Amino acid sequence: MGLHMKRWTVNPETWGAVVSILGFVLLWYILTAVLKLPRFDKLPNPVAVFSAWLSPHPQFGLSIFTRGYYLDILYSVGRVLAAFVLATVLGVGLGLLMGWSRVFFDYSFPLVETLRPIPPIAWIPLAVLVLPTAELGVIFITFIAAFFATVLNTLLGVRSIDEVYFRAASCLGSRPRDVFWNVVVPGALPAIFTGLQVAMGIAWISLVAGEMIAGQRGLGYLIYEDYSNLQFVNIVIGMATLGLLGYGSSALVRMLGRRLMAWEGRRRGGAMA
Amino acid sequence: MSAGGALSIRQVTKVYDPEGVHVVAVDNCSLEVASGEFLVVVGPSGCGKTTLLNVIAGFEELSEGEIRLDEGPLALPGKQVGPGAERIVVFQNGALFPWKTVLENIAYGPVVQRRMAKNEAQRSARELLRQVGLEGIEESYPAELSSGVQRRVEILRALINEPRVVLLDEPFRGLDAVAKSVMHQFLLDMFERTRCTMYFITHDLDEAIFLADRVVVMTTRPARVKLELSIDLPRPRDHRVLGTERFLKLKQAALEAVHEEALKAFQAGERELA
Ligand SMILES: Nc1ncnc2c1ncn2[C@@H]1O[C@H](COP(=O)(O)OP(=O)(O)OP(=O)(O)O)[C@@H](O)[C@H]1O
Ligand SMILES: [Mg+2]
Repeated sequence: MGLHMKRWTVNPETWGAVVSILGFVLLWYILTAVLKLPRFDKLPNPVAVFSAWLSPHPQFGLSIFTRGYYLDILYSVGRVLAAFVLATVLGVGLGLLMGWSRVFFDYSFPLVETLRPIPPIAWIPLAVLVLPTAELGVIFITFIAAFFATVLNTLLGVRSIDEVYFRAASCLGSRPRDVFWNVVVPGALPAIFTGLQVAMGIAWISLVAGEMIAGQRGLGYLIYEDYSNLQFVNIVIGMATLGLLGYGSSALVRMLGRRLMAWEGRRRGGAMA
Repeated sequence: MSAGGALSIRQVTKVYDPEGVHVVAVDNCSLEVASGEFLVVVGPSGCGKTTLLNVIAGFEELSEGEIRLDEGPLALPGKQVGPGAERIVVFQNGALFPWKTVLENIAYGPVVQRRMAKNEAQRSARELLRQVGLEGIEESYPAELSSGVQRRVEILRALINEPRVVLLDEPFRGLDAVAKSVMHQFLLDMFERTRCTMYFITHDLDEAIFLADRVVVMTTRPARVKLELSIDLPRPRDHRVLGTERFLKLKQAALEAVHEEALKAFQAGERELA
């Protein structure tokens, strides 16, 4: 394994992240603070946002020094986590069953395909009506679209497994249960993790919708409330925080995936006899 | 390891899609493979070799005839014993589980068959690897290995189950000449050791004659036995046998039969196009 060169410089991935994000902030600064283009001049500029965000005594009551900020983050993260875990357990389970059993697929796929296009926001009234607390309602809204994304990707993952592995497993003496755990699950894992990354993104999107309408606290609620108070600096802080949390949570899913799929990362480099 | 099984293929016919296109892939084909024999099957492309192998393996049902392994029925029309560890297939493009290490792949069969506990199976997998000089790759994933090594691991994954027949469908196709000759030596070595029955499909006549006790040339589709050629070259064999007069003579005989069938296939193709 001596073929890998390890150079202790900034890796291109980190470099790319820094350049693209700084570039975006710079563009934002130029549009809002330097050129002051019509309509853009109404937007809070990055200097105003960052100085408020980092200020111990923020003018609009929101910064990394205020307790409410962390409370909102905590609520949002908690809701996403609950919804995501639920979507993963139920979605992967259902997707594997659908891919595994033809009969189960025939009965469940039409229903899944009918419910899947309904946007999370459309579920809000019924969720609020049926579920005992608003909290559960928000979690349900966050869960629902992420769940369908997970189901579909898991199903496609099972379908994409080469028939030859099923044959190899069966002539080595596998029972159906062995095939399930040794072929279906690991074979679908790459697609499952692609699905989970998508699901994580969808969960954040739906969360904000749910919190805006049915929530108490949370970043979506914060944005909605500051909209009524016309505090745009706080809204941008909320948006940026959502972006960072979304990025971080997707990265965590990716990391977990890489850890569970060691075989994916280890391809043969040089020639061997 | 156990001795091989005798395979008896009696008047087997296989029709794909009997209600629709109706492709007769194998037609009234009979073939006896003795216990511990190394049988090599050659024949034109698309003649039905893989189809017959799939029926023996239990992946496909036959339409007529019967197949027996040591007098136990494997397949009758509408009654098929499914795939099992007494007939293990080594696939054309390789079928090691990419998500399992070499050790886990080899140990897989005995564990799922409940013949060995996991650590016992891994110990004997390790021992097998050591015997063939492949130690050091136990924890590698298949994708990290050259295709020649992958093939050897796959053959070990089959042999650890002490199958009665190993069914190999062009297992060395796509390997370069050097890797191929390493594989031939390896396979013959394993054959001497285990004496399990080998049913080996190839397009390569040198390979066929070098490995086989008997070469069977199939007709163009639908497959039937055209010619059986006993390979009386002494074992153990090494590459020097390739230059002997006897070898060339056998190859000539096989070549003629294959050529005749290939020509028929070609003409049939032209008729279809006309
Ligand atoms: N599932 C199937 N349905 C219909 N026809 C099939 C099916 N599988 C194979 N065939 C046809 O049956 C014939 C025999 O195919 P088979 O794969 O057994 O040939 P082969 O001798 O193994 O060929 P090759 O040397 O190219 O591997 C071919 O004409 C093929 O098109
Ligand atoms: Mg074939």
